[in-house]
Amino acid sequence: MPERIALHVNGRHVEVDRGSTVLAALAVAGVAICRRSVQGEPRGALCGIGVCFECRVTIDGVAHRRSCQILCREAMEVRTDG
Amino acid sequence: MSGRTDVLIVGGGIVGAACAAACAQAGLTVALVEADLAVGMDATAAGMGQIVAMDGSPAELALTRYSQRLWDDLARSLPEDCEYERCGTLWIAADDDEMEEAARKATRYHEHALQAELLEQRDLYALEPALRPGLAGGLCVPGDSILYAPRAAAALLAEAERHGARALFGCRVRALHEGEVELDDGARMAARTVVLATGARAAELIPELPIRPRTGHLVITERYPALVRHQLVELGYVKSAHGTDADSVAFNLQPRPTGQLLIGSSRQYGRADPAVDRVIVARMLKRAIAYLPVLHGLDALRVWTGQRAATLDGLPYIGPCPGRAWLFVAAGHEGLGITAALATARLLSDHLLGRAPEIAPEPYSPARAWLETVVRA
Amino acid sequence: MAERRTEVLVIGAGPAGLAAAAAAAACGRRVLLVDDNADPGGQIWRGEGRAHLAVPARFEVRCGVRVVDACGASAVLAESAGGVERLTFDRLVLATGARERFLPFPGWTLPNVVGAGGLQAMVKGGVPIAGKRVVIAGSGPLLLAVAAYLRSRGARSLLIAEQTGRLRLARFVLGLAGAPQRLRQTLELRRALAGVPLLTDAWPLSAHGAGRLEEIRLRTRRGERGERCDLLACGFGLVPNTELAALLGCRVEAGCVAVDEHQATSVAGVYAAGEMTGIGGLDLSRIEGEIAGYAAGGDERKARAGLGPRRRARRFARALERAFALREELRELPDARTLLCRCEDVSVGRAARYPSWRAAKLHTRCGMGACQGRICGAAAAFLFGWRCEHARPPASPARIATLAAQHEV
Ligand SMILES: Cc1cc2nc3c(=O)[nH]c(=O)nc-3n(C[C@H](O)[C@H](O)[C@H](O)COP(=O)(O)OP(=O)(O)OC[C@H]3O[C@@H](n4cnc5c(N)ncnc54)[C@H](O)[C@@H]3O)c2cc1C
Ligand SMILES: Cc1cc2nc3c(=O)[nH]c(=O)nc-3n(C[C@H](O)[C@H](O)[C@H](O)COP(=O)(O)OP(=O)(O)OC[C@H]3O[C@@H](n4cnc5c(N)ncnc54)[C@H](O)[C@@H]3O)c2cc1C
Ligand code: FES
Repeated sequence: MPERIALHVNGRHVEVDRGSTVLAALAVAGVAICRRSVQGEPRGALCGIGVCFECRVTIDGVAHRRSCQILCREAMEVRTDG
Repeated sequence: MSGRTDVLIVGGGIVGAACAAACAQAGLTVALVEADLAVGMDATAAGMGQIVAMDGSPAELALTRYSQRLWDDLARSLPEDCEYERCGTLWIAADDDEMEEAARKATRYHEHALQAELLEQRDLYALEPALRPGLAGGLCVPGDSILYAPRAAAALLAEAERHGARALFGCRVRALHEGEVELDDGARMAARTVVLATGARAAELIPELPIRPRTGHLVITERYPALVRHQLVELGYVKSAHGTDADSVAFNLQPRPTGQLLIGSSRQYGRADPAVDRVIVARMLKRAIAYLPVLHGLDALRVWTGQRAATLDGLPYIGPCPGRAWLFVAAGHEGLGITAALATARLLSDHLLGRAPEIAPEPYSPARAWLETVVRA
Repeated sequence: MAERRTEVLVIGAGPAGLAAAAAAAACGRRVLLVDDNADPGGQIWRGEGRAHLAVPARFEVRCGVRVVDACGASAVLAESAGGVERLTFDRLVLATGARERFLPFPGWTLPNVVGAGGLQAMVKGGVPIAGKRVVIAGSGPLLLAVAAYLRSRGARSLLIAEQTGRLRLARFVLGLAGAPQRLRQTLELRRALAGVPLLTDAWPLSAHGAGRLEEIRLRTRRGERGERCDLLACGFGLVPNTELAALLGCRVEAGCVAVDEHQATSVAGVYAAGEMTGIGGLDLSRIEGEIAGYAAGGDERKARAGLGPRRRARRFARALERAFALREELRELPDARTLLCRCEDVSVGRAARYPSWRAAKLHTRCGMGACQGRICGAAAAFLFGWRCEHARPPASPARIATLAAQHEV
């Protein structure tokens, strides 16, 4: 069994396997909307490989982090503007 | 086209577009030719878009102050995408010397009936808490504003077209002849008055004009809304911006209405190509971080360059060319062409219609160029 | 700023970069391979790249390092969680790969409309897929690879909509007869997908849902139809990542980094390999990587040994390109209000008013957002025939501190 990691997505407790991306943690938490576009539309991940910037979230207070590129760490605090 | 064109404007930057609007509104028949495929694609697109009352000299203050009033009048009718916003300027004094300069600056502004408020250290941090600790104070000029210049140029050109002006894109002028311009394809266009509004390229068509390109770099960040509220400029800016021929950088930062931060500024002569000079960008950013430490961890999206049209005395050339009454120059605005575009256009239309100008036009006369050239020779 | 010196620097640890690093190391060079992902492997071996490293690897691999700009001559600027560093090299091999091309259609910005290769990457990163209904649409063999992968991970129902025509596809498969190994791979893939409908001449017309995807409309040979699904995974071919190469001064032609026989770019000492020099798939990427690695390592004889295989692989790449060329009708997918630029919310209709990419950019902000036109630029190039390039630093968003460190050289 892979090791599990616990973190928070919008204040909710989520567990994922070590090596999972933050995007995976969002999906596990049932969150499909990562951010609001400049006109306020809901947006989720698109490219999966770090080029489109649609999956941006706030991680530990730092804005504009690409959730598809960043691996989960224990006790991470993830916020979306969904 | 029926009849003769009154005014043929060469160059569709913000200055050319403003000239087209002023002349067309005044009832003159106007044509504009622009080398690029759309309006405002050169310095106008590269600049910061601050409408700023600048007091490098009395003539500079007169011109920028006048033009700023014209922008304020126009602001209501500018389309939303011009992103006009009156965010004001905060001139930052790092030490007591610069505080004294702030006080002198305040006096000069007050003489021109411009609002300007000296800020103690405490007031400065109340307005902009993200500034680094230990600064002395500053000067707040609330009347300064910002806009997105390519859209403003487009709005001015649209206004000109509503009054019958014609704009031709993809048409480069390769030579000027008495009452005529010659296009790259050899075609000629005639007009009573030809207006040269080709910015930093003006000397290509009038070699006597001592206009030199002076490169500036800008950096734009991701969106960080409400981090900064005013355009922030270090008072040391005046020293570095108008100083010598050497490369210089100064802290100059603008909060865009999008929430992005636009970071400047640098000045360099002798760099014709638009490539980015990483070393000067680094110097510029170091300086910016020194004033606004939070910048350190923010993301930059893009760096670009633009060419200011620098003159010998820091003032633009606005007026008829000596010995060539049919040729009017509207170029050489260095770092203030967006600000001064409307005043430039008004000086042109006043001249053409024989109206008395609101400010004395002499300090901007291109005759200076010929005098200066003679003096240098 | 920290400084690292190496003889051969390889940027990108996909198949091309891994092959280049191994070849250069075999020439006795000191080699550093960097990649911005958490693990080596690139797009195809995402997360399983370690298995493709010769063990013990004879070169150093560092992941989580993103190269963002040139940094004087023979050096690049890189940022990582640990900070910023200058990587200095005698020779450089660029192997920055490709991204997917996305085409706008009404609803393409809804959450859960994702890339095809993109969805595979997400699932490899831990996004659960079991039990999900997925429609995979667009063009190219990648669609089948993704479908097979998703199926192996428990996706519930799958449907593939390939835009290319049935005849063209049949001709392509027949053409494989000359390449028995590829034919075998194709047939194996098809077997793995037994029971999964593969529609040809089919593409998505629109996506619908409140806040997230619920249903799509598909154009098929039999007319229009609706399909309820949890995810729509789209990819209309690949686009080379040329931005970093362009910043280093390498010539870019028709969207690909131009290289000579030995994979050398127009800049002395800088080589390029893999998808960034032209889309050709795994085999071509590895062969090019090996040639570039040997050339950078100084063993011309070994580099030349790859020329024959590369010629054959390129022939196959051209056949692929012909078979999956995008059809004209796809230009009609978006309506005027459909967004072109997702970063700045600029519609297709607004951008279409301008005569060039640069004019559209400066007047509408399209391509000015965080992705710097990587998504909308490729779409605009297809929709309007514009040349959409962007050789302005940084190659991808970088910390201001990183760009400020450049003068410590
Ligand atoms: C980094 C930077 C920051 C700046 N910040 C500010 C600021 O905050 N506030 C401010 O007021 N100003 C600022 N400026 C200055 C301002 O951008 C310029 O002064 C202003 O845009 C000049 O406008 P223009 O119309 O004269 O020139 P341009 O915008 O350069 O227009 C000239 C036009 O002429 C065309 N042209 C040239 N040659 C020919 C030819 N032979 N035939 C036909 N067409 C031709 C060009 O294609 C171009 O479109 C800044 C400049 C820079 C570089
Ligand atoms: C999303 C996606 C999924 C794909 N899936 C498959 C598949 O399943 N099967 C298949 O046959 N083909 C797949 N492909 C096609 C794939 O491009 C090729 O098969 C092959 O992986 C190309 O190898 P490469 O080495 O040229 O590039 P890549 O594998 O793309 O490797 C390039 C590497 O460089 C890194 N990189 C780029 N820029 C920088 C930088 N500035 N700094 C540091 N690192 C950088 C990237 O993160 C990446 O790891 C996929 C393509 C994409 C875009
Ligand atoms: S999904 Fe595109 S950057 Fe993360």
